[in-house]
Amino acid sequence: MSIQSPVRKSIETGIEKSLLACALVSIATTAGIIWVLTSESFAFFRHVSPVEFLTGTRWAPLLEPKSFSIWPLLWGTLMVAFGALIVAIPIGLGAAIYLSEYAPAWVRHAGKPILEVLAGIPTVVYGYFALTFITPYILRPLLPQTEVFNAASAAIAVGIMIVPTVSSLCDDALRAVPRTLREAGYALSATPLEVSTRIVLPAAMSGVVAAILLALARAIGETMAVALAAGMTPRLTWNPLESVQTMTGYIVQVSLGDTPAGTIEYQTIFAVGMTLFFITLTINLVAQRVLARFREVYE
Amino acid sequence: MTSASAIPAFRPRLERRRRAGQLFRTACLSAGVMAVIVLVVLLGRIVHAGWDWLTPTLLSNYPSELEPATSGVKGALWGTIWLIALTALIAVPVGVGAAVYLQEYAPDNRLTRFIHLNISNLAGVPSIVYGILGLAVFVRGFHVPILNRSTGMDRSIIAGALTMSLLVLPVIIIATREALAAVPSSIRLAAYALAATRWQTIWHHVLPAALPGIMTGIILALSRAIGEAAPLIMIGAVTWVAFVPKGLDDPFSALPLQIYNWSDRAQPEFRHLAAAAIIVLLVVLLTMNAVAIGIRTWQPRHRQW
Repeated sequence: MSIQSPVRKSIETGIEKSLLACALVSIATTAGIIWVLTSESFAFFRHVSPVEFLTGTRWAPLLEPKSFSIWPLLWGTLMVAFGALIVAIPIGLGAAIYLSEYAPAWVRHAGKPILEVLAGIPTVVYGYFALTFITPYILRPLLPQTEVFNAASAAIAVGIMIVPTVSSLCDDALRAVPRTLREAGYALSATPLEVSTRIVLPAAMSGVVAAILLALARAIGETMAVALAAGMTPRLTWNPLESVQTMTGYIVQVSLGDTPAGTIEYQTIFAVGMTLFFITLTINLVAQRVLARFREVYE
Repeated sequence: MTSASAIPAFRPRLERRRRAGQLFRTACLSAGVMAVIVLVVLLGRIVHAGWDWLTPTLLSNYPSELEPATSGVKGALWGTIWLIALTALIAVPVGVGAAVYLQEYAPDNRLTRFIHLNISNLAGVPSIVYGILGLAVFVRGFHVPILNRSTGMDRSIIAGALTMSLLVLPVIIIATREALAAVPSSIRLAAYALAATRWQTIWHHVLPAALPGIMTGIILALSRAIGEAAPLIMIGAVTWVAFVPKGLDDPFSALPLQIYNWSDRAQPEFRHLAAAAIIVLLVVLLTMNAVAIGIRTWQPRHRQW
């Protein structure tokens, strides 16, 4: 490289270093998230015992007598998230199977943009839809005892919201199954149903499971739709027609209020945020593991 | 030895299997149709509720508690414009830079693998957690003893833009890396053969070739930022403003926050206003999406590798 002047060379090194610095921003972000969550949660756990946090049954940090147990919030979150999966898996997986196994080419081309539009709609819009349409026009006429704010409407809205995640990732997984496998099935005179459910779906299972896990993580972390539709009542209930509160809903409620830094109410944001962060992180890591370990490798 | 008679006779039951197949196909088709119907109902419902409220005053007026009829989104709209412009200024150079490093420079070592894993995990972190990070780091900041002041930026636009930048960085990095990976290595080798340096090769050949893909990724990332409300609530952006921000350290609101605030009120007038504001937001987003899809569809026809 004798052609290149020393100046040119030092410019090259300088550019490489600054690009590396850009890449390190992502590590700084993760470090920042973990540091902020743990340091403020640490302050929280000096006032509240972790045993109470994990074993109690009442969450009432803003009312006397105060009580700090994560379970009612976690319960509300899981109820909405699993309810969302009940909506999203049949629609998302069904649509994916149709698109990859049955649909003519033009439907396939039209289908993707429709899913992208659904995926691009802001979550606050789904919240508006749950509050002003799903509850008053669908749930209440069918089940009059439905409360204005309820877990079911939030679950349906979040379910609709994660359909694109489920279907587009499942679609990718199904399409990655080589055609030779399908043709072998047809050569043994299997019907399209048998090829789809006994050959293609099992072969794509790792992708499908990962898609569902990623959708679950999104549903658990979803904020605006549940803040609008699910309500503000942290409680342990089996009834989806009652108002509940999710972890994200609680964090929004506290931040909209006037909570000075350093108070215990303020620190609850970080304790709940840390719980939320670790749950979604675990699910995401498991999803990546599933993809990496159980992927069928062809050719 | 098993005798042949132990194997049950094969009964094709073709009619039954075919009917089951028909049923399954119909079920899958209706799942797809269901998704379309939901989209149509959702959009139809919002247009129906908000159409009459979509007036010129919606864009030119500030929100008012007392007079919903002449309330508008002026403050929130300008807040969103400021926020997105700043987010783009911060996140695009950093995100593209990180992707260029990872795709073009990074050696395959432990640090690189860790950064990869880290980015794919960051993409799955709930947006509200980024809001918590922004609240602690950008809004409140740290106390610097030498200057005897805090690095905090209060509830300002710049704090919001920095938070949003961190949120969209993984999206921009992942999309840019895919676009760079799609550029064939023959282009790089040809440039090196003419004694171009690594950066000259990237700047003059690889980046221009990958530009459509990068643009698509950036537009999709920014359209995500436009619709996000949760991180902004966390960093204390106001949900009700009667001013247009004038500088980086002004407080601000944004369209999704205004929509949240209006939706949360029980009076039907505010629900209609929320629907009208949603239409404004969706028009902006659909335009951006259409541009992104346009770039993606048109690009390959002009290029043959």
